[in-house]
Amino acid sequence: MALWGMVIDLDRCTGCQACVMACKAENNVPPVGAKEAVRGRIISWMQVLTEEDEEHPGEVKRFVPRPCLQCDDPPCTKVCPVYATYRNPEGIVAQIYARCIGCRFCMAACPYNAKYFNWYRYQKEAPGQNPDVSVRPKGVVEKCTFCHHRLQKARERALAERREVAPGEYVPACAEACPARAIIFGDLSDPGSEVHRLARSPRAFRLLEALGTKPKVIYLSEGEGRG
Amino acid sequence: MADPADTRDAALLAPIERTGRGFYWTVGLLSLLILWGAIAYWTQFDEGLGVTGLHQPVSWGFYITNFVFFIGISHAGTLISAILRLSKAEWRRPITRMAEVITVMVLFIGAGQILVDLGRPDRMLNIIRYGRYQSPLLWDATSISAYLTASLTYLYIPMIPDIAILRDRVGKRKLFYSVLALGWTGTERQQRVLNRAIAILAVLVIPIAVSVHTVVSFVFSMTLQPMWHSTIFGPYFVVGAIFSGIAALIVAMIAFRKAYGLESYLKPIHFRYLGQLLLVMSLLWFYFTFAEYLTGYYGSEPEEMKVFWSKFTGPFWPFFWGMVLTNFFIPILCLMRLGRRTIGKVLIASLSVTVGMWLERFIIVVPTLSNPRLPFGEGLYFPTWVEWGELAGSFALFALFYVLFTKVFPVISIWEIREGREVGLKEVEERLLTYLPDAAEPDVVGKRTEVVK
Repeated sequence: MALWGMVIDLDRCTGCQACVMACKAENNVPPVGAKEAVRGRIISWMQVLTEEDEEHPGEVKRFVPRPCLQCDDPPCTKVCPVYATYRNPEGIVAQIYARCIGCRFCMAACPYNAKYFNWYRYQKEAPGQNPDVSVRPKGVVEKCTFCHHRLQKARERALAERREVAPGEYVPACAEACPARAIIFGDLSDPGSEVHRLARSPRAFRLLEALGTKPKVIYLSEGEGRG
Repeated sequence: MADPADTRDAALLAPIERTGRGFYWTVGLLSLLILWGAIAYWTQFDEGLGVTGLHQPVSWGFYITNFVFFIGISHAGTLISAILRLSKAEWRRPITRMAEVITVMVLFIGAGQILVDLGRPDRMLNIIRYGRYQSPLLWDATSISAYLTASLTYLYIPMIPDIAILRDRVGKRKLFYSVLALGWTGTERQQRVLNRAIAILAVLVIPIAVSVHTVVSFVFSMTLQPMWHSTIFGPYFVVGAIFSGIAALIVAMIAFRKAYGLESYLKPIHFRYLGQLLLVMSLLWFYFTFAEYLTGYYGSEPEEMKVFWSKFTGPFWPFFWGMVLTNFFIPILCLMRLGRRTIGKVLIASLSVTVGMWLERFIIVVPTLSNPRLPFGEGLYFPTWVEWGELAGSFALFALFYVLFTKVFPVISIWEIREGREVGLKEVEERLLTYLPDAAEPDVVGKRTEVVK
């Protein structure tokens, strides 16, 4: 079984936010409006964090695009009282919007703050939305799913054509949109895949690796301050 | 024992028989606050949790603070009353009932906070349908419902003889009291069964109470978050719970003493003993707090230190130092010498601790969330009128439940007071004699006429 993973090359990232916008369009992530944004309610499954240079205050040292890291040992799924969030067999941490009771325990437990809450009903079904992704109601938690619906689509296509899903057939929107090709996606368990090779690069590291969450999003960066 | 002709304890039945103007004023005032809370909750239910001040990353705020606080208060009751019964503390007699009522009432309020906090209260029953036992929230649900059951029973069983007195003496609600009295006539056998039941419940309720606040702390300590992920959280929370519980009990006792003229039952000596208990808990609380923060500080992991400094000197300093002041310095100063003006001093200390323990819960919940590990910047939290309304409404609802209870049942156990006069005095003397060197090994020890004293 595949183990989907992502490699993000920080030395290539320009901080252009194309991944963020592609993600929002692809996944029907609601725009919350300026007033809500000021109150800290922005929903952004993919978020570009900026790390400040400690030696030169006020200057950006580097950008860190952060989707859900799809941990292999996710702290968020363990605390969910209703199995509304779980790690599926292919390693993707899923969220069942129709079951979530909105206790926000997973948000409190995620060390990467990768989970977002619908404080209001931010949107209704409307034309222009991606029909493959359900629109979330108010009061539930949502998160990056590695564009899981794309995997389902690819699988259906392959099934109809009586073949296996080809490498590269399933790619999340952020990886597809990155103009610097900083985001590479693929099957970590396939020794021939690019992500498998890059994950073993001496430049590779994981965010907050010491916590033992075993993220399947791997970062590449040269030099100091990698962790 | 339940001699209807005995009129010595008429003062204890007076609130049930007569209703003064003060009662209506109190209920009216409390209803206003509850109305505020109800409007706040309706707004939130209708529009979503967006009407609160919660956001990313501070996704838990007042409601979770209230939850931990109210569940903590509930330890007043049953735990203290059980310990006093088991340790045969004779001065417990006028106190136990009040303590047990606090527990039951406040548990409803505490558990309710979780429902208020849910984004989808309509899906609440998913906890039963799809319950995942790996989640500490399920442990809470289990433990709290067990505690609620146990403490309701523990409130009801010792009340049976009193309900029988009400059945025989009070004209109102005859059927209601008759059913609840379970045919109590006060025979020797009934009394023996009752005492046995109380003894068993008192032993049973202590581990349940300890488990409740331990698993409440596990909601925090089971995560990986800085200053939550701590092994002492279980006992630390239990100590804080008993601490705030005693304080709440003292406040309630003083309020009812004044309102119902119970000065001859609740004497300064009771407050002095409870005050000393509060003093011990204050020292214990300080010890735990000191151990917790020193460990974090000494290790000085950057993530921990971010939260640490945000409490000590950062945006949360007024709450942190306010907590130290109200939980430690004020109670210590008030309770050090209780010789004169006991009740006033104990009241100030208790009110101070009630505020302080709420701040303590707040200072545990919010600063950790507002300092994420990744570079998001510090997220501050400003509650809106909705959260304040819920807070006021919750306190008022608790007070209203309590006041209404005292209009239906005696707030001081009548039969236990009588038992103290009739049996207790002699028993204590006999027991004391067995402690002394000159008494020959008496048969009193083996006799165990009454299990619980």
